[in-house]
Amino acid sequence: MSDIATRLDVFKTYKLFVGGKFPRSESGRVYEVTTATSAAGAAGKGQWLANAPLGTRKDTRDAVLAARAAVKGWSGTTAYNRGQVLYRVAEMLQGRREQFAAEVAAAEGLGAKKSAALVEQAIDRWVWYAGWTDKVAQIAGAANPVAGPYFNLSVPEPTGVVGIVAPQTGYGHSFLGLVSVIAPAIATGNTVVVAAAEDAPLPALSLGEVLATSDVPGGVVNIISGRTADLAPTLASHQDVNALDLTGAIAADGAGAAAVLEAAAADTLKRVLRPAVDPSAQDWTTAPGVERLLSFLETKTVWHPMGQ
Amino acid sequence: MAKNKKTEAELPKSGPLFDYAPAPESPAAAGGIATSYGHFIGGEFVDSSGSEALKTVNPATEQVLAEFAQGTEEDVERAVKAARKAFGDWSALPGSERAKYLYRIARIIQERSRELAVLESIDNGKPIKETRDFDLPMVAAWFFYYAGWADKLDYAGFGPNPRPVGVAAQVIPWNFPLMMLAWKIAPALATGNTVVLKPAETTPLTALRFAEICRQAGLPEGVVNIITGDGRTGAALTAHPDVNKVAFTGSTNVGRSIARQLAGSRKKLSLELGGKAANIVFDDAPIDQAVEGIVNGIFFNQGHVCCAGSRLLVQESIQDELLEALKRRMATLRVGDPLDKNTDIGAINSAAQLARITELTAAGEAEGAERWAPACDLPSAGYWFRPTIFTGVSQAHRIAQEEIFGPVLSVLTFRTPDEAVAKANNTPFGLSAGVWTEKGSRILWMADKLKAGVVWANTFNKFDPTSPFGGYKESGYGREGGRHGLEAYLDV
Repeated sequence: MSDIATRLDVFKTYKLFVGGKFPRSESGRVYEVTTATSAAGAAGKGQWLANAPLGTRKDTRDAVLAARAAVKGWSGTTAYNRGQVLYRVAEMLQGRREQFAAEVAAAEGLGAKKSAALVEQAIDRWVWYAGWTDKVAQIAGAANPVAGPYFNLSVPEPTGVVGIVAPQTGYGHSFLGLVSVIAPAIATGNTVVVAAAEDAPLPALSLGEVLATSDVPGGVVNIISGRTADLAPTLASHQDVNALDLTGAIAADGAGAAAVLEAAAADTLKRVLRPAVDPSAQDWTTAPGVERLLSFLETKTVWHPMGQ
Repeated sequence: MAKNKKTEAELPKSGPLFDYAPAPESPAAAGGIATSYGHFIGGEFVDSSGSEALKTVNPATEQVLAEFAQGTEEDVERAVKAARKAFGDWSALPGSERAKYLYRIARIIQERSRELAVLESIDNGKPIKETRDFDLPMVAAWFFYYAGWADKLDYAGFGPNPRPVGVAAQVIPWNFPLMMLAWKIAPALATGNTVVLKPAETTPLTALRFAEICRQAGLPEGVVNIITGDGRTGAALTAHPDVNKVAFTGSTNVGRSIARQLAGSRKKLSLELGGKAANIVFDDAPIDQAVEGIVNGIFFNQGHVCCAGSRLLVQESIQDELLEALKRRMATLRVGDPLDKNTDIGAINSAAQLARITELTAAGEAEGAERWAPACDLPSAGYWFRPTIFTGVSQAHRIAQEEIFGPVLSVLTFRTPDEAVAKANNTPFGLSAGVWTEKGSRILWMADKLKAGVVWANTFNKFDPTSPFGGYKESGYGREGGRHGLEAYLDV
C-alpha cells in the first residue's frame, strides 16, 4: 500500500480584507506562516500553516481609502445600531469558535483548552464593547455650567480613521489582543486599518471573514497582513489617517520602531496611542478598562445663547 | 463685485457719528516695571547663568519696557530641578490644602486685577477694555474653577486616586499671556504637578508679576517656576529629560516639531495649535447680531486668537446686505491707544507679526481677492493694522487656508448647508467654528457635521473654565478647561 492519503485536505487561501472584500495583495506575493516555535518544540522550526498575502504600502493606502470612505456612514449610524452590529460579530464568532481556537493554538503554541478560553474571551469582549457604544458619550460628555446665559454641551466624537499596529506579543495577542484593539476603536464610530501580527496573521485574516458576514459595513475594518516594517510607516505618515495605535510596534521591529513611527505621526499631528513599556509582558485576558475607548475620541463643545 | 463697489461708495468715510473724548487709563496703574528681569526659580528671582538679554517693547509705542533673560540650558536645568524637588511635597499635600493655595492665588489676582490688566495691555498691545473685562476675569475664574477640583479628583472619572504626572513644562503664546498662564498652571497645580512655565518672548511681564503673586500666596518654593527666553529656551525646556509632561499652545509648526522631539520619550503631550475657523452665516440669521458676532469673531484681540473666525462663509443670497452692514460696523471700530478705554482694536503684538500679516494680505491681493478696510488714522509709532476684509476669496487662496493671526477676514460664499459644511471643513485645522441661523434643527445638524473642537452657534469667542476647549486634526490634541482639562495632568 502506498501512504497516499485517501482524501486530501483542502487548504485555505488566506486573503486581505479591504473595503468588505477579499483581495490578494497587489504585490502578487505571499509569505510563509508557521506554527509558533513553542508548539514545535524548543529547537524545532515552526510547521508550515499557510501562505499569507504579503501586503504592501499600496495595499495599505487602498485600505485607508476604504476606511475613509466608510467613516461618514459608520460614524453617522446610531450608537444603538453600532452596538447591535458589534454584538452580531460576537454571534457570528460563537459559531466558528473551534476554527479560531485551532488558529490561536497554532499561532501562539497553546493547548486546546487555553486557546478555546482565549477565543471565548474574545467573543465576550465584542459583547462588552457592544454595550459601550451607547454609553461612552454619557461618561465622556458633559453639560457645562458656564457663567453666562448659554446652553453648553461637550460631546465625544470619533477621530476618523485609526491605523492600528496589531499586538505582536503578549498572552492571547493573536486574536484576543487583536479584538481588544479593533473593537473599542470601531465602537466609538471610527474606522480602522489594521496591520496584522506579522508572525501570526491567520486569526486576523479569518476575522475578516467573520466581519464580512456580520453586519459591519465594508471598509469599517480593514486587515492587512505582511511585514510590519512596510505597513506601519505607511499608516504613521499617511495624511488621511487621523490616529495611530502603536500597540504592536515595538515587538515588530526593534525597540526604536515605535519612536520612529511616533515621529512620523507628528508631521500630521496624529493622535498616538503608545505601546506598553513591555508589550511581551502584556496579558490580554486582563480587563481592558476604557482607555482605548477614549483614546480615539475628540471632544466637541457646542455653545448656544439662552434667552426669551 | 461691481455692486459691492457701489455699496462701498455710499458708506461713511470716517466711521463714528460722535467723537469720543479720550479716556486714558493710567500707565502708572501697572505698578513698577523693573529695568531688567531674571527668572523665577525655586521661589526666588534669580539671574540667568548667561549674559544674553532680550527686550520687551510696548507695541503701541515701540518703547522698551524692560530687559529680560534669555534662558540658557543651565537655567532650564535649575528650574526643572527646583520643580522636581518641590514635586514630592506638593503632590503629597492633601488636595484640600492645594485647593486653598489656588483659591488664594485667584483672590490675589482679583485684588490686583487693575494692575495686571494695565501691565498686560502695555506689554501686549491689546486694549485695556479687553484685558480688564475679559482676560483678568477669565484668569481668576480659571484658578477658582481648578481650585475646586484639587480635593475632588477621585470623582473626576479617571478612577480612584488618580496621580499627578510630575514636572510639567509649559510653553505659552503672546496673544493672551496671563490667560494662557492660568489655563496651564491652574489645572497642573490642582492635580499635584509642579511646573516650569516659559512665557512668550514678546510678553513676559505679567508672568513675572504672577511670580510675585505666588510669593504673596505663600506657595511653596519650586512649585511654580517661570523662565523667560525665546524658542531656544522653550526647546531646551520641552526636551529636558526630567520633564514628564509638555503642554504647548502656539503655532502648528512648532507643535509639530515638539511632537517629533518627544516621540519615543513617553512624556505626556498636549497641544493647542492654529486654526482657520469658519463663521457661517445663513440667510435667516439676524443680520445685526451676526455682524456683531463676525466682528467679535475676527477683530477681538486684534485677531490674535487661534480660534478666530477668520473665514466668513456667507449664504450667497444675503452676501450684499451682510457685507454692507459689516462694513458700516467696521467703520465704527476705534483703532489706537490700547490704554484708551474706548479703543476696540489695539496694537499688533510685534513687528514680526505685523510683517506676517502684511505679507499674507499682499498675497491675498496678488491672488485676486478684493481688499477693503475702513478709513482711519493710525498712530505714527507702534505696530498697527486696520481691520480688513477680503471679498471674492476662493478656497485655494492663501488667505483662506493659512492662519493670518491678525484683524483680517476672508469672505467666501455658499448656497446650501452641505456646501457650507464642506467648505468649513476644507482645512487641515479644526479648532472652532461659528453658525448663525434661527433654525434650531439646522444648528444641531451643523454642529454635528463641523469638524471643530468648539462650535459657537449664534455667538462666538466665548470661553469658560468649565467648558472644554481644544482642536481636531492639526489644531492639536487634548482639551483645556472643564473635567476634560484634568486629564492632561493626570497619569491616566
